[in-house]
Amino acid sequence: MPERDLTQERLNDFVVKFANVNGTGSASANSLIMKSIFRMGVPVVGKNFFPSNIQGLPTWYEIRVTREGWRARSGRVDLMVAMNAETYARDIAEVAPGGWLLYDSTWPRPSLLSREDVTVLGVPLAQLCGDHFEGARARILMKNVMYAGVLAALLDLDLEIVRELLGESFARKPALADSNMNAIRIGYDYAREHFDCPLPIRIAPMDETRGHVMMDGNTAAALGCVYAGATVGAWYPITPSTSLMDAFRAFCARHRVDPETGRNNYMVIQAEDELAAIGAVIGASWNGARAFTPTSGPGVSLMNEFIGLAYYAEIPAVLFDVQRVGPSTGMPTRTQQCDLLTCAYASHGDTRHVLLFPADPGECFDFAVQAFDLAERLQTPVFVLLDLDIGMNDWMTKDPQWDDDYRPDRGKVITAEMLEGMQRFHRYLDVDGDGIPWRTIPGVGEKGAYFTRGSGHNQLGAYTEDPAEYQLVVDRLRRKFDAAARLVPTAVTEGSGRAEVGIVSFGSCDGAVREALAALRRTGVAVDYLRIRAFPFGEEVEEFLRDHEAIFVVEQNRDAQLRALLTLETAVEKRKLRSILHYNGLPMSADCVVDAVVAALAQGEAA
Amino acid sequence: MRVTKPRIVPPGAPRNELGMTRRDYEGGMSTLCAGCGHDSVTAAIVQACFELSLPPQSVAKLSGIGCSSKTTAYFVAGAHGFNGVHGRMPAIAAGASAANRKLRYIGVSGDGDSLSIGLGQLGHAIRRNMNMLYMLENNGVYGLTKGQFSASADMGSRSKKGEKNQNEPIDPVLLALSLGATFVARSFSGDKEQLVPLIKAGLTHRGFGLIDVLSPCVTFNDHEGSTKSYAYVREHQQAAIAADYVEPRREITVSYAEGEAVSVEMHDGSNVLLRKLDRDYDPTDRAKALAYVQERVQRNEYVTGMIYLGEGRSHFHDRHNTPDEPLNSIPYEKLCPGSAGLAGILSGFR
Ligand SMILES: Cc1ncc(C[n+]2csc(CCOP(=O)(O)OP(=O)(O)O)c2C)c(N)n1
Ligand code: SF4
Ligand SMILES: [Mg+2]
Repeated sequence: MPERDLTQERLNDFVVKFANVNGTGSASANSLIMKSIFRMGVPVVGKNFFPSNIQGLPTWYEIRVTREGWRARSGRVDLMVAMNAETYARDIAEVAPGGWLLYDSTWPRPSLLSREDVTVLGVPLAQLCGDHFEGARARILMKNVMYAGVLAALLDLDLEIVRELLGESFARKPALADSNMNAIRIGYDYAREHFDCPLPIRIAPMDETRGHVMMDGNTAAALGCVYAGATVGAWYPITPSTSLMDAFRAFCARHRVDPETGRNNYMVIQAEDELAAIGAVIGASWNGARAFTPTSGPGVSLMNEFIGLAYYAEIPAVLFDVQRVGPSTGMPTRTQQCDLLTCAYASHGDTRHVLLFPADPGECFDFAVQAFDLAERLQTPVFVLLDLDIGMNDWMTKDPQWDDDYRPDRGKVITAEMLEGMQRFHRYLDVDGDGIPWRTIPGVGEKGAYFTRGSGHNQLGAYTEDPAEYQLVVDRLRRKFDAAARLVPTAVTEGSGRAEVGIVSFGSCDGAVREALAALRRTGVAVDYLRIRAFPFGEEVEEFLRDHEAIFVVEQNRDAQLRALLTLETAVEKRKLRSILHYNGLPMSADCVVDAVVAALAQGEAA
Repeated sequence: MRVTKPRIVPPGAPRNELGMTRRDYEGGMSTLCAGCGHDSVTAAIVQACFELSLPPQSVAKLSGIGCSSKTTAYFVAGAHGFNGVHGRMPAIAAGASAANRKLRYIGVSGDGDSLSIGLGQLGHAIRRNMNMLYMLENNGVYGLTKGQFSASADMGSRSKKGEKNQNEPIDPVLLALSLGATFVARSFSGDKEQLVPLIKAGLTHRGFGLIDVLSPCVTFNDHEGSTKSYAYVREHQQAAIAADYVEPRREITVSYAEGEAVSVEMHDGSNVLLRKLDRDYDPTDRAKALAYVQERVQRNEYVTGMIYLGEGRSHFHDRHNTPDEPLNSIPYEKLCPGSAGLAGILSGFR
């Protein structure tokens, strides 16, 4: 391959955005393009901006091609695939100077779609579809496939890979694979004939995606539940968590049906509401099964009473909160990290909960497994806090790894054999001095029977209203929680540890923050980074806060909930923590972090 | 305060097949008001478990919140118990049953717990035909919060302070019949003869069994003008069907004239013999049962006995196609697809 100027051509470094109408089948065309790029070995980031609606409203899909392997969105658009006439005006406005816009010129719109610094590429897609395909539905679907063909020419995609992907999607309907490939061809040939292909923004094969998958976090978390040995899932459908249970069911249908008996080694209960969903999880965990519920903010609000019961009666439970924009119904299809405080202290009375913060689908898998181990080890609810961005977008993520020696940590469970050798069993006695009592599973035997209640109980498990007895139990619960800080995933740090400026963040902010760190370093600003992965906070969080004078806390909510939690739960001085907040519902980009840090440093506020 | 009862067994006390006495099925000392109907229901549960020779650890006791819900602590001390949150016992039961289908689940609830805050959960437990016996200790009031009308209070019934109830009652029996319950009974805490066999049949039934037990609250709803007082219930109770529980392998010895009795075989080979006290009644016909009860309700009569029994319907576990072995005891190796499985799964995501 001849040497080219990579920076100028923006080879493998650009953004294509698709403006579609939802319900028209565009998703598969867009994912075909993304997967083709991925299979060509080039890192990609895909973000879906969809409405809370089933059919007829505008929807966008953004593919960032990033040879550096960045994981956030970039914020700019180089090529707009404008397939929704309703949004032409705003779509063309969004294109970066020097960029391109592709549209269906069957109905030419020369005056609306005109900008001096944007090249408009018209392809008469509808007309071509009309000429080549029969039936209204087929014509609509083929129009999507055809623009994928146009893009294949414009971006120099490998047509063999496109063909292979179509073959896989239509493995059972080879005729469909052929007609789809035909549509690709028509688009491809048209583009080659009429435009100067490929564009300067184009794909050249790399080898940077080996050992990675394109997976969304809900799927990864569901897979984690399967691998953790969860047998009971209970839920009430809510965006953006629904696909987690859909994925769990799909995995179970393939991997959990007993080959001999045809029976299901799992049960998914579609509850009547989230109160019932968490109740079923608690009942199942109490009874010795690994159980979980996926939900989102409104569901967590409903679950509050039961969460307090599980905390106080010490019953394991695993909750996945795939956060969406609040308050109230908010924007169900947009992303935020807005349930941090509500989950940390969910339910009335003195309660506090273990939270895990995966930053990508790979961690969703790992943390799902760890969540069950922690819930059973600590006998308490554990929340895995995803958000819509991690949960529903396809991320390029390292292959999840599995160690076949893994065995679930069921925590302190007294078996029938152990009971035989015991004088008496008391449910809430701190026999080991670590704040964690022993439990029995119903059915184990009369000697192991105890009464579970959310009302006052003493360390022997009996009802109490005695001040000292009550306090003994809740003080132990507090000690147990503090001990959890040593069991949860530790924070990840990056940098020398001696930079004056520190950035603290968590969850899906990670991609944007890492990209921002590189940009800041390029301009000579040294920054250390701490990515918190769990609550309660470990000693390493305390240290980082102590060792840095100026700290930016990056998060996706209006009220700086992570900052609030840090000021409540660590010794950090409030004045050291500055917020960088992004909460408009779209996944954040690095600019937002870079700009805020640069501005603060310029004002001399931070250093 | 929990008071443990001394377990002194009088010599010569009757023993069941497991060699256990009735006392072995008792629980902690009741802290309810003396004379509370709920204590009689507790005693009937103890008697039924004793007569069925249930190993205590094979039972799980679940309840919500209320005076009635407290009673799970007062029977079968050797069983695990779970006093959950108000109105949400069915959810706990669903999860518990999912995890271990081998235990027998006895849920105890009140009319407030079941028909107000927990109406939704009760309805869905019925709809799922969950494997449990659900005892609704119905006194027409919220006992524990001191005497407010509950949703089962009859129109025009008077509170202790003299207020008149202005709302239509929700009748759990009509509710259960219309939602498709497969075992529906009504009884009276003061009628142990009737109640004990019903509990035994309910514990043997596969699927959801509801027993609505009129269980007067002596402290807040036992006065003149109440329709849930001992006196009123005694006077207005009309037994339509008597149920006799006949253990597996025992023969039905008494013979009845044609049309007087029906015998329903339960899944474990036992029989419930339904003696019709009213010849017109057919306890295996849902529509007729519904019409019959509805008509008696208009006449201010409480129809009691085994009101409807539809044995053999698919239940919670059938519908989920779960294995016979409880989910909580399937070896982990069977649950995890391992690294070999993972490679195949991941290939679909490239
Ligand atoms: C969420 C919630 N709201 C209110 C209460 C207060 N409360 C406790 S028991 C009860 C009513 C119980 O009535 P019922 O179920 O009929 O039981 P009974 O005491 O009559 O046997 C109420 C309202 C509560 N425990 N939880
Ligand atoms: S208040 Fe009523 S229901 Fe409660 S214990 Fe007393 S008599 Fe029973
Ligand atoms: Mg009541």
